[in-house]
Amino acid sequence: MLQIADKIFNSRLFTGTGKFSSTQLMEEALLASGSELVTVALKRVNVNDKEDDILIHLNHPQFNLLPNTSGVRTAKEAIFAAELAREALETNWLKLEIHPDPKYLMPDPIETLKAAEELVKKGFIVLPYIHADPVLCKRLEEVGVAAVMPLGSTIGSNKGLKTLDFLEIIIEQSNVPVIIDAGIGSPSDAAKAMELGADAVLVNTAIAVSDNPVQMAIAFKLGVEAGRMAFEARLGAQTKHAMASSPLTSFLD
Amino acid sequence: MNSFKNIFDNYHWDELKQNIYSKTTHDVERALSKTKRDLEDFKALISPSAQPYLEQMAQMSQQLTQKRFGKTIQMYIPLYLSNECQNICTYCGFSFTNKIPRRTLTDKEIIKEVEFIKSLGYDHILIVTGEAEKTVGIDYLENAIRIIRPYFSHISIEVQPLEQNEYERLIAVGVNTVLVYQETYHQEDYKKHHPKGKKSNFYYRLETHDRLGKAGIYKMGLGVLIGLEDWRTDSFFTALHLKYLEKMYWQAKYSISFPRLRPHSGGLEPKVEMSDKELVQLICAYRLLDEEIELSVSTRESEKFRNNIIKLGATTFSAESKTNPGGYVVEKQSLEQFEISDERSTQLVDAMIREQGYEPVYKDWEKNY
Repeated sequence: MLQIADKIFNSRLFTGTGKFSSTQLMEEALLASGSELVTVALKRVNVNDKEDDILIHLNHPQFNLLPNTSGVRTAKEAIFAAELAREALETNWLKLEIHPDPKYLMPDPIETLKAAEELVKKGFIVLPYIHADPVLCKRLEEVGVAAVMPLGSTIGSNKGLKTLDFLEIIIEQSNVPVIIDAGIGSPSDAAKAMELGADAVLVNTAIAVSDNPVQMAIAFKLGVEAGRMAFEARLGAQTKHAMASSPLTSFLD
Repeated sequence: MNSFKNIFDNYHWDELKQNIYSKTTHDVERALSKTKRDLEDFKALISPSAQPYLEQMAQMSQQLTQKRFGKTIQMYIPLYLSNECQNICTYCGFSFTNKIPRRTLTDKEIIKEVEFIKSLGYDHILIVTGEAEKTVGIDYLENAIRIIRPYFSHISIEVQPLEQNEYERLIAVGVNTVLVYQETYHQEDYKKHHPKGKKSNFYYRLETHDRLGKAGIYKMGLGVLIGLEDWRTDSFFTALHLKYLEKMYWQAKYSISFPRLRPHSGGLEPKVEMSDKELVQLICAYRLLDEEIELSVSTRESEKFRNNIIKLGATTFSAESKTNPGGYVVEKQSLEQFEISDERSTQLVDAMIREQGYEPVYKDWEKNY
């Protein structure tokens, strides 16, 4: 089972709440996915409205909310958003995302590190969304984040694990859970991420925008489970090395 | 303190040993065919089942080593500053109860030795002492490093485990690398071989690399004294320790050494003997586990072994080593810590390395970093 901070998760599929054609469909798809951690953009929530449409549809005991700071461009804005989110959603969990670039929504590593350090000090459980940068992951770990969320490819692109080589390094080196976020376009991408040893994946667009989000949510659930099971059972060999002829060890005979 | 102890305590020697010895050829083949190997693969590669695959392991080890390090061998030389020691270690010439003349080099003597070493061409030095707090404690070491610093680009030390703040002091005056060998990860056996002195504290030694990591050391070395216990199990623990450290202190570099007790050498007889074949297996297994790790083979090993290991994964060599304080110039006859096997001069070892198409590298660091 996966533990992040003090919470235990049975499902390693984390989900997003954007881009669904209706909040009703979002609710059905997320329930079908088995997900226990769902991220919500603070900017989408009407913080003063107790009857907020999104929140009502997420009001299930299995859903832990993970507010995110999508839309902010600096550390300062992120910290402000985090405090608002903590108040409005009554959780100190936070997906920290800072993208100053509105086109590709690439995360800003410098602002993210600054904000993470500050937010950890303020008592937040911080899960930063970042590029698949192994050194940045270690620096974030050092300031006390609860997990890291490197991207597989650009957000919403459905391109899969374009950062594979770097994800492998991150997974190998990390002392905190690694959640592959962004770009996971199909259940096979999710399975692949889990086979690599990722602790969880976060999927949004691929479920929300499919023709049948409920069915796609189930497909992702199965993909994540299959990948994790394969990882735990240890995958078999892929290639055979040829035996070279000139013997290096004949001096031992 | 968050340390390796937390991980170490989850393992049981006997279970682990059994697990390593039960690895099959299937496990070995799988390990060989992967591009990234984990500790389970390492177990297979050091297991008896891997012996028939030794040539293949050697070929792969050579390729990986050349890819990372090129055709080079890093050269260093040890300088023993003192044979004073308050520890009793069953295998060591400096052991407290050995009735030998004790000697600790003075500032002037250190300079004499250093000047000789420089004349051989060395630029990386390894400082070694016994453990005697009053005479070769932190103040002595700090002073010695200050004296030595101007002469060398890279300074390594192999001395008693120290506190984090003491390491910080030594780093500040110029220590780049610290080598601390656990000797054995078998706790009861450790007690047996270290009955007296500060070294008898198993866990204090076990947590040394954590203190080093926190002090911000540039490079640290690990290893066990091969022969005290089952080398396979001890080597697994070393690899476990290494993998933990690499994750935790990710900015540090790491090296592994393979000091091995030799039968009939006059010292302690090994409880578990390791053949040359097995040492090659172990060296290759480390390389297959970790492409970046430096693997050091000292003059404890024979000429023949050292000549051949260059192409199999070793990266670091000493030559012409003296293991007694003053051994180069000041007092050549003082008692050695252990008898070396490869007694060739630096010049001869240098020529041998070049003959094999490798370059001996004497300077690979800048002291102003």
